[in-house]
Amino acid sequence: MTTELSSFQDRFAEALWTLPDAVPDHLRDLTDQPGFAVYRNTVVRGCIDALQANYPAVLRLVGEDWFRAAAALHARTQPPVDTRLLVYGADFPGFLAGFAPAADLPYLAGVARLDRFWTEAHVAADAPALAPSALADAPPEGLGELVLQPHPAARWAWFDDQPIYTLWQRNRQDVPQGMDSDDALDWIGEGALLTRPEGDVVWTALDAGGCAFLDACAAGRPLALAADEALSRQADCDLAQMMTALLQAGAFCSAQTYPTPNHQELT
Amino acid sequence: MNAARPSAGLSLKPAHFDQALACDDAGLWFEVHPENYAVAGGPRLAWLDAIRSRHPLSLHGVSLSLAADAPPDAAHLAWLAALADRIEPALVSEHLAWSAWRGSYLPDLLPFARTQAALLRVAGNIARTQDALGRRIAIENPSHYLRIEGHAWDEVDFLQELARRTGCGLLLDVNNVYLSASNLGTCAEAYIDAFPGDEVMEIHLAGHTPDPVLGQALLVDSHDAPVSPKVWALYERLISRIGPRPTLIERDDQLPPFAELLAERRQAQVLLQGQPHEKEALA
Repeated sequence: MTTELSSFQDRFAEALWTLPDAVPDHLRDLTDQPGFAVYRNTVVRGCIDALQANYPAVLRLVGEDWFRAAAALHARTQPPVDTRLLVYGADFPGFLAGFAPAADLPYLAGVARLDRFWTEAHVAADAPALAPSALADAPPEGLGELVLQPHPAARWAWFDDQPIYTLWQRNRQDVPQGMDSDDALDWIGEGALLTRPEGDVVWTALDAGGCAFLDACAAGRPLALAADEALSRQADCDLAQMMTALLQAGAFCSAQTYPTPNHQELT
Repeated sequence: MNAARPSAGLSLKPAHFDQALACDDAGLWFEVHPENYAVAGGPRLAWLDAIRSRHPLSLHGVSLSLAADAPPDAAHLAWLAALADRIEPALVSEHLAWSAWRGSYLPDLLPFARTQAALLRVAGNIARTQDALGRRIAIENPSHYLRIEGHAWDEVDFLQELARRTGCGLLLDVNNVYLSASNLGTCAEAYIDAFPGDEVMEIHLAGHTPDPVLGQALLVDSHDAPVSPKVWALYERLISRIGPRPTLIERDDQLPPFAELLAERRQAQVLLQGQPHEKEALA
């Protein structure tokens, strides 16, 4: 049985998402009052503001008017399910990928994905990063058996054919690395690694081999197998240099032998 | 935020973290929306821990949706309890409103008809929340823009009855009283005078804005302006009757420099210090 309170809340929620020029009669007792617009505006603006805060590089690429119009459409089809608006918009990159007005901006969804990575890295659980010396201290004969666990805040992706990382970091306003925005773009594939070694989220370019290596680590594969996958993805991958770069970025939180029962953990 | 010597606090925004951390004004406390800190880890929690190490903090929720015709979300209660355990806030508060419904979040504080069934539902939801947190919470009067059919309870009586049934405290937002009375054509002074003073654990003061089209006929709870003189007058009327209570200056938008907010906070502090703590002592 639907209670009076439930049916009121059903009607009110429906009215909030109904466009002012298309209100059915059963909602008019609410929407005909001038004050109803305060609720409608607050709800819609709250969703749009959250997306705008969570996708700053996309915002900078498309401008505020375009962004807010797209965000309003997204909010209507995918309103927040979590009351923590700082994590709202997980589906926004996918929305942009299929958004007809963005067809001329094929890089937009990729840039949005890196904005989303930033949010995920920012709110991820704390964990000490595996020290760069950890592997140097490990017995060499067991190195290939080690399973490196990606840090909870580490996010990475490879983008075929598009310089998504360069586009993203140029449009991320608080970009720490100096990059002249007038530099011509090389229209080639790029990868990115975001980590949070000491509080703030930082980022670095990552090649295809590095992304394949981290994918393998995330799947629980030991170092020797992960290295094979890096090389099969990118034949000229310099494994030693890649490991140094990943460790220095804080990409891992632990290394342990696997699957022996008396496993040894290095931190 | 000391119950024995009530003082004035400020809502805290990330832009002001460094100044807030360094400020040593006597009695200064801060309030945040827990939704912005319900994260697994990272710099936000580290900021909050740092502030908490120097100042009392209160958690003012905006999305628990206690007036929804459904129990509070279990995951929401779990993260709120974990945050409260970590921060040890002076107070946890929420609103007499709903904002989550059938799996969607509607980011506002929405109205409902204060019926007997609604009273039972909200009281049950407050009790569940207090059980989950292991602490008393305070419930705030919301701002109103609509005439809703079917109220069986006056809002002050409804809040008082919730306090009686659940043991919760109340948070009186004087700006909400002012603008709701203005929007609905009721008397703000009568509301303030009728409010049960014994239950008031905290007072909120904020600014409002006339609607861009309707002007004074529709005041919006925008939290983007200084507290208006009429709201200050209602505040003085309130504390001269019930005595001093922890009082928050809320500013969420059009954030001015920290010093400007501190000056407004000192205005509240001066009024609080002018009040004898126990009104009965005057008698």
